[in-house]
Amino acid sequence: MAFSLDTNCGLLNHNIIGPIYCTSTIFPPDILITQFWFNYRHVANTLSVYRSVKRLGIPDSHIVLMLADDMACNYRNPKPATVFSHKNMEFNVYGDDVEVDYRGYEVTVENFLTPRSKRLLSDDRSNILIYLTGQTGNSHGGNGFLKFQDSEEISNMELADAFEQMWQKRRYNELLFIIDTCQGASMYERFYSPNLMALASSQVGEDSLSHQPDLAIGVHLMDKYTFYLLEFLEEVHPASQANMNDLVSVCAHRVSVSPGHHTDLFQRNPGSVLITDFFGSVRKVEITKDTINLTSSVKSGSGDMQIESLTYVDQLPVAEIIHQKPKQKDWHPPDGFILGLWTLILLVFFQTYGIKHLKHIF
Amino acid sequence: SISQSSLFLNKKQHSSSKDQFQEELVIRPLHSGDIYASFQFRTLWDTDFLQEGQKKVSHYRLFPKSLGQVLSKFSVQELHISFTQGFWRTMQWGQPFIPSPPGAELWVWFHDTVSDVDGNWKELTNVLSGIFCASLNFIDMTNTVQPSASFKPLGLGNATDHRFLRYATLPREIVCTENLTPWKKLLPCGSKAGLAVLMKSEKLFHSSFHSQAVHIRPICQDEQCTSKAWELRQTLNVVFDHYTSGQGKKEWSLFKMFSRTLTEACPLASSSKVYVDITDNPELSPATPLLSQAVVLGDRRTYSVYDLTRAETFGQLRSFNLLLRWKGDNMLRPLLHAERYVAGFGLQTGEIHTVIYNNHPYRAFPVLLMDSVPWYLQLYIHTLTVTSKSRDNKPSYIHYQPAKDRHRPHLLEMLIQLPPHSMTEVTVQFERALLKWTEYTPDPNHGFYVGSSVVSALVPSMVAMSTNFTQDQPLFSSFVPVKEESSYFVRVYTEPLLVNLPTPDFSMPYNVICLTCTVVAVGYGSFYNLLTRTFQVDEPSPPLAKRLANFIRRIRGVPLLA
Repeated sequence: MAFSLDTNCGLLNHNIIGPIYCTSTIFPPDILITQFWFNYRHVANTLSVYRSVKRLGIPDSHIVLMLADDMACNYRNPKPATVFSHKNMEFNVYGDDVEVDYRGYEVTVENFLTPRSKRLLSDDRSNILIYLTGQTGNSHGGNGFLKFQDSEEISNMELADAFEQMWQKRRYNELLFIIDTCQGASMYERFYSPNLMALASSQVGEDSLSHQPDLAIGVHLMDKYTFYLLEFLEEVHPASQANMNDLVSVCAHRVSVSPGHHTDLFQRNPGSVLITDFFGSVRKVEITKDTINLTSSVKSGSGDMQIESLTYVDQLPVAEIIHQKPKQKDWHPPDGFILGLWTLILLVFFQTYGIKHLKHIF
Repeated sequence: SISQSSLFLNKKQHSSSKDQFQEELVIRPLHSGDIYASFQFRTLWDTDFLQEGQKKVSHYRLFPKSLGQVLSKFSVQELHISFTQGFWRTMQWGQPFIPSPPGAELWVWFHDTVSDVDGNWKELTNVLSGIFCASLNFIDMTNTVQPSASFKPLGLGNATDHRFLRYATLPREIVCTENLTPWKKLLPCGSKAGLAVLMKSEKLFHSSFHSQAVHIRPICQDEQCTSKAWELRQTLNVVFDHYTSGQGKKEWSLFKMFSRTLTEACPLASSSKVYVDITDNPELSPATPLLSQAVVLGDRRTYSVYDLTRAETFGQLRSFNLLLRWKGDNMLRPLLHAERYVAGFGLQTGEIHTVIYNNHPYRAFPVLLMDSVPWYLQLYIHTLTVTSKSRDNKPSYIHYQPAKDRHRPHLLEMLIQLPPHSMTEVTVQFERALLKWTEYTPDPNHGFYVGSSVVSALVPSMVAMSTNFTQDQPLFSSFVPVKEESSYFVRVYTEPLLVNLPTPDFSMPYNVICLTCTVVAVGYGSFYNLLTRTFQVDEPSPPLAKRLANFIRRIRGVPLLA
């Protein structure tokens, strides 16, 4: 599968120093219709990370959010326009100010790797955060791929190649890849580009677990890994000095599943990388004391315009409609098939009856 | 005291400023116990960027820049886009101020200088999908039609060549907070002041009907109509069903509906009003002496007006909360309403029935029915029948454009005269196509949607409508330009259809391949063997004792054993 890489995050304005981020999140619903609602927790996972990232300063223009199914306004949701991450409906992660870039059927492997529109422009000074949650191959074998809408998949090799292309095109400075699925570590096994750090919620052969169900909504609200990740991020503020080692150790105390991390490709020591390098954004503001003169607004030349009297159009002009002539179609010469057919008929006729009958016709 | 339009005092003040913004909220209790709230925000922009020889517009004051750039880049003359969740029940709720079909609907009139309308349409849908965070990029040639008689421009214009009109609907489109957020950002005051503070998504989406729309069109700037201005109307219609869903009594307050009260008008607005329909005499508090009468949708209704630009509306507490207790049960029966359903059984054929009701006791009127059916439902137009009162009713105008597989949908437009007090049924049979396996959506067993039919009509009005166009009319009565006094224009949308197409079983390809290959291998292999195997006689090898004995005999030179 060939792909070219433009999915990135962007430095749009050169006055902004410091990292700019993008979060892409995908999660596929299940094959049966009744089970789309079952994957509520994937949406809650994604939206929690989205909220943390926005709270720490990244604007919407630098975030690509992909949600494969609509949970908030789903008819099964007892509280429409809300997605809760904590039981007893404590915390609405959907909020009032969310912008989803790809939703529903638009969440495809193609739009993830090569978006045609709604993409972010990044360059070699931007740090990128990618957060994926969803379903990978089941534990009976078949790891190393992530399902999209249950009808297509992306393999770990494709992801690794995509990141390599991004590196070749100088599209990122450092990249942090977080994945919360079963056997998540299998997705980052094949990475080979430099400056990549990857975190996963479970090792190969292990399943990721969901955290807590809510009895009113009826489904599990979040996955364990993202829940602890969110708790950790809630304590991070834009000037925080917490580093990657703290992030990696945040979920170590889980019961049966151990999260994995892959920092070999990362050039800097993870202990020296701040969390806010990936999750937050700091903008430098330059203050100027000079005055700027604005040109006055365009004055419309109302005197010299030739105004014809304007009227509103009749909404249902019955007489006009009835007498509307059908559009004259352009005349096209007859098709090759028709010509051939008629030639054949004429040939057969003259073959049978002889050419001397021609004078009776003309 | 009741007065017509002279209570709008600030008529003259806006003539010198370039942009103007008005906001209003109309609350209408419905006879089923629900309550209908309709917000309208109108921005008037006095500029004409489609005029030749004028400098490119770069100064935007109240008009949102994103939409202004879209209009100038694609030479759009009129743009109407709506996102709706739920279906408007005409029989229980009457007619809405601004009708809209379920899902997303987009229709655009391009300027007649555009040479490649289809290219502009494609780019326009992509840009709008980014602006409104919706999947409008799924609009392409397979679901776009070019109506020949419906959807005439609602704004100024004299040329109505339908080559410049494009219409598309996405019945499946979901509306949620991510569509409301960019819509609110287009308002001059955003959601921080004025009526837009009431728009909290948790309350708005917990309703039976929610529709938000953007309508852009050129209109007359004054009564003589010597110059034109661009009008951007953002409308939000919502029907709260607290009573019918058993959550409350027939009493509402602004706080109960929106979980907010109003504290101030938008400072950029030249007029900010709340109208409450009191024709059925509900109990209203706080009371207001300002009343207004308006003829809208063929009915004269009385409204209480609250002017938010006046400080005394907010009272001592600096907050305005309206309380309405409703009794009474009258509703004007809607004169026109339509339904649609699919009949038949099985996954091969079916029949679409569209039923249009004319409830006027003695007047007949014509309606224009427009149907856009996707190509995978192959219509048999020779089976089209139109019957009224069990007699054939021949339409006076039919325009049919057949579908082209994977290129174009069917378009059927008919002008039908509806007899008084009757039911007209339009039926057409169809056959379901088998799609290619890559064309199925990830959830094909949900079904495929067919967009709503549109019924446009000029319904005779019981009350004389006013044809004077004034700037100070309330917004809800000035949306559709009125050309004659005795009838009003109305558009009714039917339900969208959900049709199952024959769907292959996507979960079985691996097993089927294995089974087929096994059967073929066993069958073919056996057959091949039978035909080509040759048989040779083979002596069994003698036992060891005999072989040893033969060996010894050979050495001795004695004849061997058998």
